[in-house]
Amino acid sequence: MSYFVNDKGYYGDFGGAYIPEMLYPNVEELRQNYLKIIGDESFQKEFHQLLKDYVGRPSPLYLAKRLSKKYNANIFLKREDLNHTGAHKINNTIGQILLAERLGKKRIIAETGAGQHGVATATVCALRGLECVVYMGEVDIERQAPNVARMKMLGAKVVPATSGSKTLKDATNEAMRDWINNPVDTHYIIGSVVGPHPYPDMVAIFQSIISEETKKQLIEQTGNDQPDYVLACVGGGSNAMGMFFHFIDDENVKLVAVEAGGKGVDTGFSAATTFLGKEGVLHGSRSILMQTEDGQVVEPHSVSAGLDYPGIGPQHAHLFKTGRGQYVSITDDEALQAGLLLTQMEGIIPAIESAHALAYLEKMTFTGKENVVVCLSGRGDKDMDTYMKYFNL
Amino acid sequence: MSRIKELFQNKKNILSIYYTAGYPGLNDTVNIAEALEQAGADLLEIGFPYSDPVADGPTIQASSKQSLDQGMTLKLLFEQLAALRKRVNIPVLLMGYVNPLLQFGVENFCKACVEVGVDGCIVPDLPMAEYEELYQTIFEENGLSNIFLVTPQTSPERIRKIDGLTNGFIYLISTSATTGQHLQVSEDTESYFSRITAMKLNNPTMIGFGINSKETFDKACQYANGAIIGSAFVKALDPNDLNGSIKTFMQKFKQ
Repeated sequence: MSYFVNDKGYYGDFGGAYIPEMLYPNVEELRQNYLKIIGDESFQKEFHQLLKDYVGRPSPLYLAKRLSKKYNANIFLKREDLNHTGAHKINNTIGQILLAERLGKKRIIAETGAGQHGVATATVCALRGLECVVYMGEVDIERQAPNVARMKMLGAKVVPATSGSKTLKDATNEAMRDWINNPVDTHYIIGSVVGPHPYPDMVAIFQSIISEETKKQLIEQTGNDQPDYVLACVGGGSNAMGMFFHFIDDENVKLVAVEAGGKGVDTGFSAATTFLGKEGVLHGSRSILMQTEDGQVVEPHSVSAGLDYPGIGPQHAHLFKTGRGQYVSITDDEALQAGLLLTQMEGIIPAIESAHALAYLEKMTFTGKENVVVCLSGRGDKDMDTYMKYFNL
Repeated sequence: MSRIKELFQNKKNILSIYYTAGYPGLNDTVNIAEALEQAGADLLEIGFPYSDPVADGPTIQASSKQSLDQGMTLKLLFEQLAALRKRVNIPVLLMGYVNPLLQFGVENFCKACVEVGVDGCIVPDLPMAEYEELYQTIFEENGLSNIFLVTPQTSPERIRKIDGLTNGFIYLISTSATTGQHLQVSEDTESYFSRITAMKLNNPTMIGFGINSKETFDKACQYANGAIIGSAFVKALDPNDLNGSIKTFMQKFKQ
């Protein structure tokens, strides 16, 4: 069984490039070049140099002792929250900006939900002196004001997506429309492992640095590069795919993907895609998505804007369908409580996205011997408003 | 002979109109088709709405959203179209995105098309390879045409391949853009159209995207068998005087 992409752009039944002809040349140009460019020695050198000196990698693998004691297991946190700009998103934008330069592109577009990917994109555009346009749902612009300000300060133009539900999926639609209208000079930096092939593979490759480092760090700290469990939250699924990537073929490592249950999977206010979704096509790939019987995409809900997406990447759909990954969900309340718990036990304020992965520890049982890695995908600064309101701080 | 084939054999400067099913009123779908035929349309493309229409500009996005909000579904559309062939004789295509079609089931969709007298469809985000591998046989067994899009960036090899896969016409997109913009025939556009003409394709061609006036329609007809008007028509629809607004709009093109 292969869990990786085949030469037609599919992961089992999922993936492909379901795009209108207007996007075909752009996507085809990428498809033909991405592996060649990424594999090039000069690319690798520049990519790793920037990850080290600019992003601050390797990110620590931290044995959270008090948390470990509470849960009766060795809980390791992969500290993506310590990256420059505060989340794992920058790993991908560094990779894609270097790729865009090598394709001769002069203009960068991106979509963003919580604004983390928008900030990471605006950051690398400032770094390399490229024009940057970020599409963001009108609703998200209101609830993520600090990130909007950061993007503007970094020189990006933030364009509100006013169609549909005015959130992440609509921002993605607007970015795709921009790309259709600007086919030659523009590169679209998709922020997750979604979109038409080769995006899911390309983004996973750039994020795979997370599990590559984790393996080395586990050997140093435990003598064994294979933990018992690896946990990560899933919206589109980029931090999870980065966290899983080098463990996927280690079949004794259990992969746990935590979706946003919102107010509860059965309440109608949820983003738990594998529980509520069906197979279909969204944003250029065949995957699992939340939709009506008629095939209209349903608006998800999560307290965390970064998980508020009605689909998951095609590779996740494949891991789910084959049973290689365990897909679970955590409610808004459980995530917020887990965020507070980590803050008070370890002195780390996590992003609410990452708090979903932490919250699942409550539901697992351990014998004291297990090694468990949780991807702490981002820091909670951006979520202070939500935490303050919820806990009356 | 199929209605589409007959049309292209007998007519030049074919005027095709796109509109969104279930808009402006949920039950206007067949009324608009009838009014368009009476006002001189040669071919109809009825859009089945989708929540995330990435290839469309603001006008068709808005009409799609309104239609969905009013309760349009593919199932309901086929119920409405049961009356189609009692009232409309010109060829009719359904146009929409792949996901609603997949949920309905491609085979069910094709059978439903045949039952109500729809002649073919246009599904912009259904890739050629998937069509060929999974769906071509079903379409052909049901005698339906599947129309593919070609843009100025589409390579000659790909155009040849499309020409071999389809049996209705080829939809030439005037510029790489979303729907609802104004056609500007630059030297580049002209050389793109001429390049297609020189390829002597098996299928006739229609030009769409950016056709919003008699002038742009005539210009497009110089290079193809006809042209397709979408956003401009949808924008012109007046819910308070549907027939009147259709007549007024169509008169501009029939002078």
